Parts: sequence; C-alpha cells; structure tokens
Amino acid sequence: MKTILSVTVNGQPRDDVVPDNMLLVDYLREKIGLTGTKVGCDGGECGACTVLIDGRPRHACLTLAATCQEARIDTVESLAHAGRLSAIQRGFHEKLGAQCGFCTPGMVMAAEGLLRQNPAPSEADIRSALAANICRCTGYVKIIEAVQAAARELAS
Amino acid sequence: MEQLPQMRMHRPATAEEAVALHAEAAAARYLAGGSDLIVNVRRGIEQPEALIYLNGIGEMHEIAESDGGISMGGALTLRQLAENEILRRDYPAVAEAAGEVAGPSHREYGTLGGNLCLDTRCIYYNQSEWWRATNSYCLKHRGEICHVAPGGKKCFAAFSGDLAPALLLFDAEVELAGPDGRRRLPLAEMYRNDGLDHLTLAAGELLVAVHLPALPADVRSGYAKSRVRGSIDFPLAGAAVRLSVKDGALGDLRVALTGVGSWPFLVPGTEKFIGGPLDEETSAQLRELVRAKAKAMKTTTTAPHYRRRVAGVLAQRLAEGLATA
Ligand SMILES: Cc1cc2nc3c(=O)[nH]c(=O)nc-3n(C[C@H](O)[C@H](O)[C@H](O)COP(=O)(O)OP(=O)(O)OC[C@H]3O[C@@H](n4cnc5c(N)ncnc54)[C@H](O)[C@@H]3O)c2cc1C
Ligand code: FES
Ligand code: FES
Repeated sequence: MKTILSVTVNGQPRDDVVPDNMLLVDYLREKIGLTGTKVGCDGGECGACTVLIDGRPRHACLTLAATCQEARIDTVESLAHAGRLSAIQRGFHEKLGAQCGFCTPGMVMAAEGLLRQNPAPSEADIRSALAANICRCTGYVKIIEAVQAAARELAS
Repeated sequence: MEQLPQMRMHRPATAEEAVALHAEAAAARYLAGGSDLIVNVRRGIEQPEALIYLNGIGEMHEIAESDGGISMGGALTLRQLAENEILRRDYPAVAEAAGEVAGPSHREYGTLGGNLCLDTRCIYYNQSEWWRATNSYCLKHRGEICHVAPGGKKCFAAFSGDLAPALLLFDAEVELAGPDGRRRLPLAEMYRNDGLDHLTLAAGELLVAVHLPALPADVRSGYAKSRVRGSIDFPLAGAAVRLSVKDGALGDLRVALTGVGSWPFLVPGTEKFIGGPLDEETSAQLRELVRAKAKAMKTTTTAPHYRRRVAGVLAQRLAEGLATA
C-alpha cells in the first residue's frame, strides 16, 4: 500500500515513501512542506492546486502522488530565484493580478505552462489556457494583463 | 490532509496484465486520468481497494490510421485528440468534442477511455458525503429513492461525456479486453438508458481502443454543447451532427446527444430529411424532432425544459452551419 516515489520536485531529485492513497497536493504540502500549492475545492473545480507535471498543468488535488513516478513536478516555489521574482510573478505583482491571492499559485502555474508552450500568446490563448482556474476577486482582467506583461518581458 | 480510503496501486504494462490484476483484486477500479474517479473517491461515492493504473500500457497511447479509418488508444488524452490532425480533418466532431471537455488542465490528463466510461451525474449524487447523508442519500448510492423522480424505481442520473455522441455519429467500435479475451463492440451497444447501470461492459472489462471506420469523402460534422460556465462545465445538453449535401439535398444526416438521458444516443428519425434540402422549414422540423427525443430530467440546477429546448437548437444551428459550409 506504499510506493517508493522517485520524482524531481522543483529541480531537486528525491525519493520518498508515499502511501498509495496520498494525493499529490498532500505530498507537496504535508510531506515536503511546499505549501504554496493551494486546495480550494473538493476536486477539480477551481484550479488552485495547479502544478506542472512534465511541463503541463495538472490538478494536484486529483492526482495521486504514486502515479508521478519519474515525473518532473514544478510548483510555484520553483519560480523565484535568489529572492528575485520570475517574469510571471512580477507581472501579477505589478499589474495587480492578485488580490486575496488564494488562486494565484494555480493561476501563475497555469500561465507558466502556457508561456513555456507559447511564448507569445494572444489574449484568446491566455483566456483559454486559464479557463480551468477560478478567481473570486480580480475579475480576471488584471490577470490577463499580468500574463501579457510577463510575455512582453520575456520577449525583450 | 485528506484521508482517502486505503488503496493499493498496480501498474500493469499490458492490457492483459491489467485485466488479470482487476480480476484478482477485491473492489478494483481502473484509473486513467482520475479526473472523474478521484473526485468520486474524495466524495465517498467510490471506495476502491485497488487501483489499476493504465498509463503504462503502451498500446493504449497509440493513434494511427487503419483501413482508411482511425484507431485510438483508450489512454490518449483529450488534448491529444483535440489536436490530432486526422481527427480535425476527417472527424471534426470528435476533435471539437475533445476540445470542449472540462477545462484545459483536465484535458491534459483526462482520457478517451475515462470519458467514455464516465459515471452518470446528478445534483443529488455528485455531492459531498455530508450533503448526501443529510438528504438520505439517493437510489444511485446508498439510498432508497430517486429525488429526481421519487415515485419510480429508476435512476435518472445523466450521462454527460462529450466524446460519446461525436463517436456515435461515425459507427465507432470499442475494443475491449476482458477475462475471456478481446472483443469488439459497437459503441452504441456499450450503453444502456439506466442511470444506475449505464455501461453494458462485463466486470473488469477494459476499453483498450476505439476504432472509427473510413468515411465517405463529403461528410461534414461538428459538436456543440451548452453549459453553465463556458470555460469548464459538463454539458447541460450536447449535440453532435454529421451530414453531407449534394446538389442542394441532404445525402446523410445524423444527430447524437449527450447530457439529456442516462446514455448518449443517436436520435432516431433523422433519415426522413435525407433527399430534401435543409431549409428554414426542415431545419425547424429537425429542431423539434431533437427536442422531442431529448428526455432531460431535473438532474442539474438548470431546468429540464431548457435543456430539451437547447438540445434542439444546438442540433439545428450545427446542421445549418454544416449545410452551408
Ligand atoms: C470540473 C470538471 C469538469 C468536467 N467537465 C467535463 C465535461 O465538460 N465533459 C466531460 O465529458 N467530462 C468532464 N469532466 C470529467 C472528466 O474530466 C472527463 O470526462 C475525463 O475524460 C475523464 O477521463 P479520466 O481519464 O480522467 O477518467 P478516470 O477518472 O480515470 O475514469 C473515469 C471512469 O472510467 C473508468 N475507466 C477509465 N479508463 C478506462 C478504460 N480504459 N477502460 C475501462 N474503464 C475505464 C474508471 O474506472 C472510472 O470509473 C469534468 C471533470 C471535472 C472535475
Ligand atoms: S483544489 Fe480545486 S481544482 Fe484542485
Ligand atoms: S485573487 Fe482572490 S481568488 Fe483570485
């Protein structure tokens, strides 16, 4: 009922013994203390738990950790380096893309997944890439501006 | 941290191994993307003791042209289907339906097999444990009565997968692996109109692949759905339409529906439009035919009469668009 899980989390390879019934979000938050990833619903509705698995956005709340064997997992904690925010984080900060901030880690990771695939997204591309992420505060306009600002910064 | 039931994870490398593991384990479930199953486990609706994880089965990830048609492995993701060039060119209803399932993150890991074997849904069923307990559960799970139709003994939970109606248009066949070996079954025969037990699959049967036959060259198709939030939700009603037009007359016309019954189905009676034009009068007749066959019940927060009506309108608009394309 346990698996020895070999994964790379935020660039660090690790081996952990995880129960087969442990959700990835619990593995990240409780087992290895990365509490940036949030839980906002009882399964798949809100996107707050979005992380990148092998570069693609997925819900950590519906993924069992034991299915992530040999995967590369990136959470919001992977983005800033030496205290310096990434372009997307700076976009959210400067364009006021976060209010209460609860949806932000998931939004930021969904946006990160988008920009890795498509560095110059149109507004429609941004809207469709963030369609599984719900925000109760901002009204989304500022979030879209944040992603646009990040794309501009990365292009320059 | 959330306590899920104790479960043992198995990782078979072949379909046959998966079937054998399923037969050996008590209370086993196949796990593909988990975007439906794990929600149900978290809500206490499903309590498997063993999960047979399908991702390691190589053949279930393959997609290739075969006999002029296409074969698709059951573990392909919805994104892979939505982006596939052959589907977009020859079977656009299938690619469109895949691209309209849930939201983009779900489509990264939700699969073809999981979408076709999706559990039926109802506002009295897809709820937390405490919500269901407070309402004395329901016929579909642990309860005595169906709150949608309390007088009867039938469960009306709705099948709400988007891919099935699109695949039904093309006479899709499913390839199944079971304890007695492999068999092929028309997709239409994989379903029955019963919210409690909508799949005709034998216990432990695994959906390995879906096969679509070759198409007549001039067939056009499309898929459209209505939902509460355009970005993410299950269909309140979904319609797939296939048709061809020759010299101003319909050479072919099929409509399949989802979300408006406990199974996805081809609407009977559309052949009467073949041979005539799709004009204002006949397209309105088509709309009324579809509406009459869409037997939506009060399984969502949106009224059944709206969902019946919208099913007709979706089919009408799709047909008009395809006929003039
Ligand atoms: C917020 C939200 C919105 C959603 N919206 C939609 C929507 O709009 N339209 C829609 O169609 N779906 C929707 N879904 C449901 C789901 O994401 C998709 O249907 C998805 O395709 C399910 O695939 P999966 O691989 O994740 O299935 P899983 O959850 O892994 O499996 C679902 C069921 O199928 C069985 N199964 C899986 N694969 C096989 C196989 N190969 N052979 C036999 N049995 C198998 C499992 O045992 C389980 O019972 C939504 C889900 C969420 C959380
Ligand atoms: S926590 Fe809401 S989608 Fe995962
Ligand atoms: S900032 Fe509050 S939910 Fe998005």
